[in-house]
Amino acid sequence: MKFDIIVIGGGHAGIEAACAAAGMGCAVGLVTMDKKAMGRMSCNPAIGGTAKGHLVREIDALGGKMGLIADRTGIQFRMLNRSKGPAVWSPRCQSDRELYSVEALRIVESVPGITIIDDSAVDIISENNEVRGVITGNLGEIMCSALILSSGTFLNGLMHTGLNSVKGGRFGENASTGITETLLKLGFEAGRLKTGTPPRLKKDTINWDILEEQKGDENPQPFSHFTNAGDFPYLPQMSCYITHTSGKVHKVLEKGFGESPLFTGRIKGTGPRYCPSIEDKVVRFSEKNQHQLFLEPEGLNSDLIYLNGFSTSLPVEIQAEALKMIKGLEEVEMVRPGYAVEYDFFPPHQVDLTLETKLVKGLYFSGQINGTSGYEEAAAQGLIAGINAAAKIKGMPELVLKRSEAYTGVLIDDLVTKSTEEPYRMFTSRAEYRLLLRQDNSDRRLLKYGYEYGLIDKTSFEILEEKNRKVLEGIEFLNKHRIEMKAANVFLEAKGLDLVYNAETTAKLVKRPSVGLRELLSITTNNNQQVNDLISDINVLEQIEIELKYEGYIKRQQELIEKLEKFENSAIPLATDYKSLKSLSTEGREKLSKVKPRSIGQASRISGVTPSDISVLLVYLKT
Amino acid sequence: MNISFHEDTITAPATPPGIGALSIIRLSGPESFRLIDKIFKGKKKLSDADTHTLHYGLITEGSSTIDDVVVSVFRKPNSYTGEDVIEITSHGNPFIQRKILELLIAGGARAAEPGEFTRRAYLNNRIDLAQAEAVADVINSSSQASLRGARNQLDGLLSSKVKTLRDGLVETSSLIELELDFSEEDIILIDKSEIAGKIERIKAEIENLLKSFSFGKILRDGVNIAIAGKPNTGKSSLLNYLLRESRAIVSSIPGTTRDIIREDIIIDGFLFRLFDTAGIRSSVDEIEVEGVLRSRNAVKNADLTVFMYDSSEEFPEDLYRELLEVIDRKKLIIVQNKIDLPHIDGPLTDVKISAKTGEGIEKLLHSIKDRAFVNSNYTEKSIIVTNIRHKDCLVRAQDFLEKANISCRQNLSGEFIAADMRNAVEILSEIIGEITTNDILNNIFKNFCIGK
Ligand SMILES: Nc1nc2c(ncn2[C@@H]2O[C@H](COP(=O)(O)OP(=O)(O)OP(=O)(O)O)[C@@H](O)[C@H]2O)c(=O)[nH]1
Ligand SMILES: [Mg+2]
Repeated sequence: MKFDIIVIGGGHAGIEAACAAAGMGCAVGLVTMDKKAMGRMSCNPAIGGTAKGHLVREIDALGGKMGLIADRTGIQFRMLNRSKGPAVWSPRCQSDRELYSVEALRIVESVPGITIIDDSAVDIISENNEVRGVITGNLGEIMCSALILSSGTFLNGLMHTGLNSVKGGRFGENASTGITETLLKLGFEAGRLKTGTPPRLKKDTINWDILEEQKGDENPQPFSHFTNAGDFPYLPQMSCYITHTSGKVHKVLEKGFGESPLFTGRIKGTGPRYCPSIEDKVVRFSEKNQHQLFLEPEGLNSDLIYLNGFSTSLPVEIQAEALKMIKGLEEVEMVRPGYAVEYDFFPPHQVDLTLETKLVKGLYFSGQINGTSGYEEAAAQGLIAGINAAAKIKGMPELVLKRSEAYTGVLIDDLVTKSTEEPYRMFTSRAEYRLLLRQDNSDRRLLKYGYEYGLIDKTSFEILEEKNRKVLEGIEFLNKHRIEMKAANVFLEAKGLDLVYNAETTAKLVKRPSVGLRELLSITTNNNQQVNDLISDINVLEQIEIELKYEGYIKRQQELIEKLEKFENSAIPLATDYKSLKSLSTEGREKLSKVKPRSIGQASRISGVTPSDISVLLVYLKT
Repeated sequence: MNISFHEDTITAPATPPGIGALSIIRLSGPESFRLIDKIFKGKKKLSDADTHTLHYGLITEGSSTIDDVVVSVFRKPNSYTGEDVIEITSHGNPFIQRKILELLIAGGARAAEPGEFTRRAYLNNRIDLAQAEAVADVINSSSQASLRGARNQLDGLLSSKVKTLRDGLVETSSLIELELDFSEEDIILIDKSEIAGKIERIKAEIENLLKSFSFGKILRDGVNIAIAGKPNTGKSSLLNYLLRESRAIVSSIPGTTRDIIREDIIIDGFLFRLFDTAGIRSSVDEIEVEGVLRSRNAVKNADLTVFMYDSSEEFPEDLYRELLEVIDRKKLIIVQNKIDLPHIDGPLTDVKISAKTGEGIEKLLHSIKDRAFVNSNYTEKSIIVTNIRHKDCLVRAQDFLEKANISCRQNLSGEFIAADMRNAVEILSEIIGEITTNDILNNIFKNFCIGK
């Protein structure tokens, strides 16, 4: 058997990698232990959230699948941070866990060129540091030109509950062994991470009446640019509920600390600080006498509830006892205990910005294997790995997104440049150009790339171009279009804002706080065709409003980008021998040899590399 | 990391600090001509000048003249760095040198990093290939030298102060980010006015540091003191007394001193630069007229002026008023001289002395020190900014904080405030030469219970 590209793992990264590569015309083999578990949500049944929602919108604009699947299987949609500025609005949804997998499989099966192989990979075949294929448990050798490893938490997965540990990558599923060992032999460096999951509760044993309800948005918005608003939402919408732990709960948990795999040192892997287990929270924030918990439905027809905020690896009995102390859970039945899982990862300085490994040509890493956590982070990497693997085969240029154009670019640059010691999660604060990387303009930022690589159709691209044109024209128009003083002042006075002394341009007036573009325009229509056109096109209007309102801030960030552009564009040859550059600082030399940055810009972001190291590099680059 | 690519315009002294007869300031980059044209008044605009030409003219700030200078023009690529280069040759007075640098920086130039001219020269192929290694070594050793410099007491205090301020900013930024990235968490958020308060407190501290710059300048470059007055009042006699040698010609003929005589003395460890000037009066003598012009300029540029009058004469009301037009009364120490002779006390006098017997000179020195260090509240532990690059950074940081503060006051959403805060943090990090990533997230994870 032979494929252009083999993808190992049918998780969120694997799905995107396979679909993108096949979409670009490659023959793809997707190796997964159980195709029913395609796109399984092994942690909480939700997609998006702060910064993660941005990633989903970007994946979608690039022609990925996550947004589409999430839209069709979401049972609660919310736009987080709506009270704040547009840059931090983040879409999030609760998903029906079962339906998500069903839909993911349906989509993967609908992409021509993907062969799903129900098997597990046990070894990698390579020759002269170039990938040749994989060996699977049942089928044996399968050859390929590129191999994308997106095996999630399965590499030497080890699950802990109390002092019991069982091999496995996810509840009820086997771990995969062999791959890590092969990679080590090839010269890769491996590390160990940990993540946790909370207990699952039986829905009808919870006293819902006394809990605080959290509803979805009244007018839910889809993730995907291609979801038809008329069909959305596809499923009935559900609520989440909120409860809290208490001192009593903490007391019970403390009884189990002696048998905690975390505190007794059985768990060696590093866990995420932003997602600590409940026992960690109790210890580290002992002054807090309660912690917030979310009860999230696992699906429309599921009788399981996911207790978000209560991830734990304490002994089963302790978990059960502590749960009953929580308000609303007095009678609760725990269907499945929480557990921690440790797994191998490969510190991501070992991959290049295309996600191809620096050591073995044709081998790509994406998802948790690179030390990230989260479905969205995984999917974004899968997509980039898939596109680049296919691009290389098809002789197309590589796709490396800049930090200034996408969260996806920030994600991969962070991983490669700074590596990571804990599971990496995206935050909006990681993006220095946050004001430009908004969820609302993901199409304007990235759809062109999706189109370039054949993952977005021509019509969609033309629609976008039309939108861009309208936005530009609209801005130009509003910079000239004046609102009469009298009308403006009636409007301003009603809002308690300072009055104007002359007719003022719409562009200027909309910069005032609490002034919306639509309402501003509606006071002046006077049957002006251009104004009427603008008002009727919500998407265009939104872009214009944001660009005008925050013009000063947006300009400042753009200037900064331009200033640093030369840096980003000045390439460092991969073969640079840093050891021979005597003038580098010791730490700088070591870090540079490890990361092998592609550009001066990237080099300058490596911790331990000093400004004078950069000067030295600039000098040597000329020679 | 804030590193400059060679695209902005940089400036630095090209001659070593200290007094020489002349000093040269170099300016290099695409903006060189625009910057020099702003402050140079000569026969023609330098942007119209040919390469490799010299131009005489004045460096001015608004209506006042800083110095008369000679400017050399080198157009790219035929210059030391390969960029447009301007070299300003001024009098070797550190005050003047600093003033010119400040004007250029205020106009948009950036203080050059150690070795930066050489680096640019190299990158623009102005230096031969074989010198690559040597250049790299220069860059590295000069940055090491500045690190070593940073270990001296003054800079050490400054960098720990800046670190504290930076940590304060990181902490404030964390509070802002918390609200953006962790809005779903069960965390009590603080409101904008409190954040604005925090930003303002940090701004005030930076403001204090900036104020110390003028004092820092005194510490390093000394206090410039002009001795001025009508002819024959005893100015040169005072200079000689302080120097304990007859450096200047003293005579009973009014108009003895023609050109400025400059000498340094050290009092209690502080450097004072004395400028004995020609007595000011209207004259027809061409040389004397020029001397008087220089006297006036010296007064204008000095940190302090000893305004001397003769006990045996009327208090020179007219000259006093004239001087007040160019400098602040606070910078004027009015001295009545020749009190060994019969006299009556004049008005407005700060100190009475005799340059002949030495009476009152101790008092005069005290009053000079008091004036020079007034408002500086200087103590051994004072944190003082002496380096113009540090000052430049602090000013830039201050700008960003002001923007952040305005966004705060307008109650804009946190990401707008954070954008400027981030820049301020980066600039402060530049001063301490420490680049750390992810400070904000680390701070959040350390101090807040995050994670559902
Ligand atoms: N009795 C007395 N004579 C003084 C004193 N100071 C200066 N003289 C005399 O005053 C005359 C002028 O002194 P200079 O020091 O040359 O005065 P000047 O202000 O430098 O004069 P110009 O250079 O001409 O402006 C000399 O004859 C000095 O000896 C003083 O304190 N007491
Ligand atoms: Mg004299």
